Amino acid sequence: MSWKELEEAAVVKGGTSASYIVSGWRVKRPVIDEAKCTNCLICWIYCPEPAIVRREGAKVAIDYDHCKGCGICETECPPKAISMVREP
Amino acid sequence: MTQTQTFAVAALQGDEAVAEAVRQCDVDVVAAYPITPQTIIVEKLAEFVADGKFKGEFMPVESEHSAMSACVGAAATGARVFTATSSQGLAYMHEMLYNASGMRLPIVMAVANRALSAPLVLNADHGDMMGSRDSGWIQVYAENVEEVYDRTIQLFKLSEDPRVMLPSTISFEGFIISHDKERVRLLDDGAVKNFLGRPAPKHRLDPKEPLTFGAIANPDNYFEFKMQQAEAMKNALKVFGEVEEGFETFSGRRYGAVDSYNTEDADRIVVANGCSAGTMRAAAKALNAGGEKVGVLTIRLYRPFPTEEVVTGLRRAKAVITMDRSFSLGAPSGPISEDVKSALKGAGLGTPVMSVVYGIGGRDLSVDDGKKIFDMAKDESSFGPMQVLYGVKG
Amino acid sequence: MYQQVKGLKELPTEEPLAPGHRLCPGCGASIVVRQILLAAPDDTVVVNATGCLEVSTALYGYSAWNRPWIHSAFENAAAVASGVEAGFKALARRGEGQEHPIIVFGGDGGTYDIGIQALSGAMERGHRFLYVCYDNEAYMNTGIQRSGGTPRGAWTTTTQAGSARAGKTEAKKDLMSIVVAHHVPYAATASISHWRDLMNKVRKALSVDGPTFLHVMAPCMRGWRFDGSKTIRMSRLAVETRLFPLYEVEGGAYRITVPVPSPKPVEEFLKSQGRYSHLFLPQNIEELEAVKRDIEANYAHIVRMSQFTAQPPGNAPKE
Repeated sequence: MSWKELEEAAVVKGGTSASYIVSGWRVKRPVIDEAKCTNCLICWIYCPEPAIVRREGAKVAIDYDHCKGCGICETECPPKAISMVREP
Repeated sequence: MTQTQTFAVAALQGDEAVAEAVRQCDVDVVAAYPITPQTIIVEKLAEFVADGKFKGEFMPVESEHSAMSACVGAAATGARVFTATSSQGLAYMHEMLYNASGMRLPIVMAVANRALSAPLVLNADHGDMMGSRDSGWIQVYAENVEEVYDRTIQLFKLSEDPRVMLPSTISFEGFIISHDKERVRLLDDGAVKNFLGRPAPKHRLDPKEPLTFGAIANPDNYFEFKMQQAEAMKNALKVFGEVEEGFETFSGRRYGAVDSYNTEDADRIVVANGCSAGTMRAAAKALNAGGEKVGVLTIRLYRPFPTEEVVTGLRRAKAVITMDRSFSLGAPSGPISEDVKSALKGAGLGTPVMSVVYGIGGRDLSVDDGKKIFDMAKDESSFGPMQVLYGVKG
Repeated sequence: MYQQVKGLKELPTEEPLAPGHRLCPGCGASIVVRQILLAAPDDTVVVNATGCLEVSTALYGYSAWNRPWIHSAFENAAAVASGVEAGFKALARRGEGQEHPIIVFGGDGGTYDIGIQALSGAMERGHRFLYVCYDNEAYMNTGIQRSGGTPRGAWTTTTQAGSARAGKTEAKKDLMSIVVAHHVPYAATASISHWRDLMNKVRKALSVDGPTFLHVMAPCMRGWRFDGSKTIRMSRLAVETRLFPLYEVEGGAYRITVPVPSPKPVEEFLKSQGRYSHLFLPQNIEELEAVKRDIEANYAHIVRMSQFTAQPPGNAPKE
């Protein structure tokens, strides 16, 4: 980019990191067993990204674009509704 | 001058004049740490605070590095910000100077120039500000108290211009200008406020539009961010003239990026900055009265360097004498000398240059010294690649 | 006065930190930030020192911050925050803006060591902000070098373990005591494992007019050598072994907010991290004992302080 196109003083609009996809970082991916999930939101409050999305009228879902596969959600889920599965 | 004005005249020390200007400029935040010979600035401001005359936030920070850091934080909110320092304090905040400039924050700083330790000395030389000359700050030097007062006001206008958005300093010699009382024709509070308006930065910290200040760059774009600053510096040259023009309409005073005394007619021209410019002018006037042909080109705006005006001023000289009140150890000559030599060479002029280093650590320069320096330039052997350390003992 | 956090469902659904940042998978620091900002008002302004958090969340073109955010240098977050606070105050006074809650994030590097002066000055001047030290116990961003916050016995790249040395020889600097010595109205420790305790401390701190402080453990899977899925577990274990007591200091009065009546053995925490593995070699038994003594002494100190400084009347901080 030419110096004329860059934002002055390298100021960045907030939230723009979301355009960066991190799915390639994963070795394993979390899979939620909806039957076991109680929507307690524990996985959501412990997710470092966040890659767990709260949904109105539905249980939480994984944002696979932004999940790095750390596995905290599987470790912390109280009803053990999340399993880390190897990426295909 | 477009209108006749009567001014209130006060006898002020350079430091006092700065404080008065800051009060008039409706500054929002002052964050500063005391250091001789700048201390009177912060003490005077504290007096204004105590009497309700300064309505902004006065932060007595715990160090100069924190002073510049606080200025960065405050400027990012869109507030008008000021600080002042000297010598060790300037060196301590050195990292932050680049930070402020890179973040394009229009901070104004007064520097009461003082030589750098070690060994420690309190007196004037330009080594402190010259040591930070590449930091991306606009740098102006004044030669008397009224000029310091005027420049402090002008720099807010210059820095805050959207074509510039670079921090700026007004430098003036410690003790000689900072402490000596001189006549200052004070401007009207309302006229100053009117001249400056309020800062209106493009970006500020505001929850209505969450922005990220101080993101990291990479080799793919860092150079381009610096290019933006370089372009802003270039604009500053032009805007400087506009600011002076605007300032003149209500003050009747104008200084220029450079000042030329008898440069059209001189065979030897001294290039000087700071209070010694006045000394050299006095020496030149005396010599010219005695039939010699000498001139003085005063550098007022140092960064951006007014190359064109310097070349124009020196074009007809047979010999140039540069005067540096800073000792660039290990270099062939001082900062002003290097810049002047580059400018001359760049313009295809092979004028011989005698590089003089003087006044280091506050050593005085008298009118007699000035005459001696002009005399030295009559001797061809004084011109060479090595600088002349004027007045060093032994 | 502040609104207590009761359950997770009442927390905002709009994320203060956007994903796509470059922090390691399982990073404790981002969990610290998320929990704190979810508990804070949405007009919070963030100041960030140089470090893991800053470099990974604010790249040109990719900022994870859905809040106004400023980073300047490594050692000056508290000074920059002081300036931000002063700027907002001055502008609000002339009707050109408003004041907003300010939260400062500094790592142990930017707080214990290089940033201690700026923090001390800001606290002494009494600026209103919440300073959060996210403590991963080393200069992680530059590659796991020791900091003043590194505990005794820990391996780091500059406190290595070998035949002549067994990790860091000095104790962890007592940051909370330093902060409390500034007589700030509120200071507390918190753990991401105990999110409700953490969030209520955030709200309490923000309701106070003056400098407030939170010391939060940010387990680092990279520097501490454990699997990234165990980050919350590590933080919880630190609390459950009394290694990282959760307490608050309000107007000088200490109060343990999460009592641990039957602590787990400290070895459980130490054994679970590669950075302490050398302590379990027979030749390092004395170092291990010294590490355990540090932990016991710290907890005993907190208990003593809570007994002796039980809040006298009239000393509650202004809210």
